[in-house]
Amino acid sequence: MDTMRERFAAVTSRLLDEDPRLAVVLAVITSDSFADAGRRHPDRVIDLGIREQLLISTAGGLALAGLRPVAHTFASFLVERPFEQIKLDLNHLDVGAVLVSAGASYDMSAGGRTHQSPGDVALLDTLPGWTVHVPGHPDEAETLLREAYQAEGRVYVRLSTETNEQPLPAKPTVLKRGRRGTVVAVGPLADPVLAATSDLDVTVLYTPTVRPFPAQLLRETLAAPEVILVEPYLAGTSIPATARALSGQPTRILGLGVASKELRHYGTPGDHQKAHGLDPSSLHRSITDFLTA
Amino acid sequence: MKDIVLEGPAGSGKAHGEYGYDDLRALMSRQTGDEKHDRAATSTLDALWVLYDKVLRVSPATAEDDERDRFYLSKGHGPMAYYAVLAAKGFFPADVLDGFGGFDSILGRHPDRTLVPGVEISSGSLGHGLPLAVGTALGLRARRLPSRVWVLVGDGELDEGSNHEAITYAGRARLDNLHVVVIDNASAMHGWPGGIERRFAFEGWSTARVNGRDHAALTEAFTMAHPEQPHVVVAEV
Repeated sequence: MDTMRERFAAVTSRLLDEDPRLAVVLAVITSDSFADAGRRHPDRVIDLGIREQLLISTAGGLALAGLRPVAHTFASFLVERPFEQIKLDLNHLDVGAVLVSAGASYDMSAGGRTHQSPGDVALLDTLPGWTVHVPGHPDEAETLLREAYQAEGRVYVRLSTETNEQPLPAKPTVLKRGRRGTVVAVGPLADPVLAATSDLDVTVLYTPTVRPFPAQLLRETLAAPEVILVEPYLAGTSIPATARALSGQPTRILGLGVASKELRHYGTPGDHQKAHGLDPSSLHRSITDFLTA
Repeated sequence: MKDIVLEGPAGSGKAHGEYGYDDLRALMSRQTGDEKHDRAATSTLDALWVLYDKVLRVSPATAEDDERDRFYLSKGHGPMAYYAVLAAKGFFPADVLDGFGGFDSILGRHPDRTLVPGVEISSGSLGHGLPLAVGTALGLRARRLPSRVWVLVGDGELDEGSNHEAITYAGRARLDNLHVVVIDNASAMHGWPGGIERRFAFEGWSTARVNGRDHAALTEAFTMAHPEQPHVVVAEV
């Protein structure tokens, strides 16, 4: 199976042929995969070199010129490094762009903190008007990328090498119903959540889109005040959104995800998943402790 | 898109298109409260006037046209000269200048493209306009539009590293629809030993250095040919 990043390059390259408004802006990362498309469309596949502030500003400037810009690099260098450019050259200018990241929270598990970005979604939460997709499978990534390219506003698509075995619907979906609480599984964590909750009487909601937060589905399916969020980025990122969704009633919310304390260990993404308590048996323990507290 | 209704006392000023260079000081002085940036504002006045009066193919009637030239004010502080020039050219009524900085005014101490007719980018944090202009220049080229992009930056503003990502890339990409005017009022904290234009020239730009108050010299420097290269005019004031 291809990775989400490979699917991104393949699909985007094809769409460059079909949609004259699309322009891809790169900073060396993944540019090999766009070499063919770059030969066919030299003006719309733009590799700036290692210039990430320019990456975001170029996206803003392309939008001002009437194009649909797609800017890409690792999440840490796309969102965190040039955050003022996102704040001003996209939000303050009020232009649209698609930001597509690779690397996520611990894909580059042996790479260390500099290449890991669990804080990206939380950072974007400080700005209005961002649609944020966290696909759980390359097929979902393709659907959501195609949607993003057709849209007009600001969209962040967070790709990862972490993936579920099978694609799920690329929208908020009920995976199972239960009575003792609701578990919200985001993107690539659907498989561990399903394994962890197979013997638990809980509702499991899946979502590959976290902004806007699936508030309506959460409210419609709520059977108990307990909500457990399982997010592949900073733990608790969607606690405020959940509280706002359920502001009309008492709730208890547990936010599971990546710890903010730096994990100065290497190894594999699986090692990191376990270290952050996001593997099935750790999730099972956290969820049952919360429901029986 | 800007969708504002501008109200002001009728008959209180000249009609659009009647203002000339000699009216600009009066138009500037109607904007009070940002006196700390008077020097910054005045430093840009002549370059702005020559651009809007002689060089830029854009007017209130063509302000949304794909084929218009784009002017990006990157030096966003002290925008009083910019607002005066825009009012003089009829992008909005001169009466609007009186409300500068007020709660409901469209004119803030740094310009907002979503509020002010004729303003192409919002600025205020230094070092954003030139990188944005690189993106626009690339976009216009991709769409095969004949439009040119102009950016006004300050010599102090060039301290910001983000400018240099743009300068180095634009030279390599031969973005010949990109033009920069640097207002050099020697305000950079540690100066630019050897001259600003040398850095641009080294990166493959066409360059000129002129007296930033001499309209004829500015016009000539702004309109000189520069095939296959982006172009910078350093205007000394």
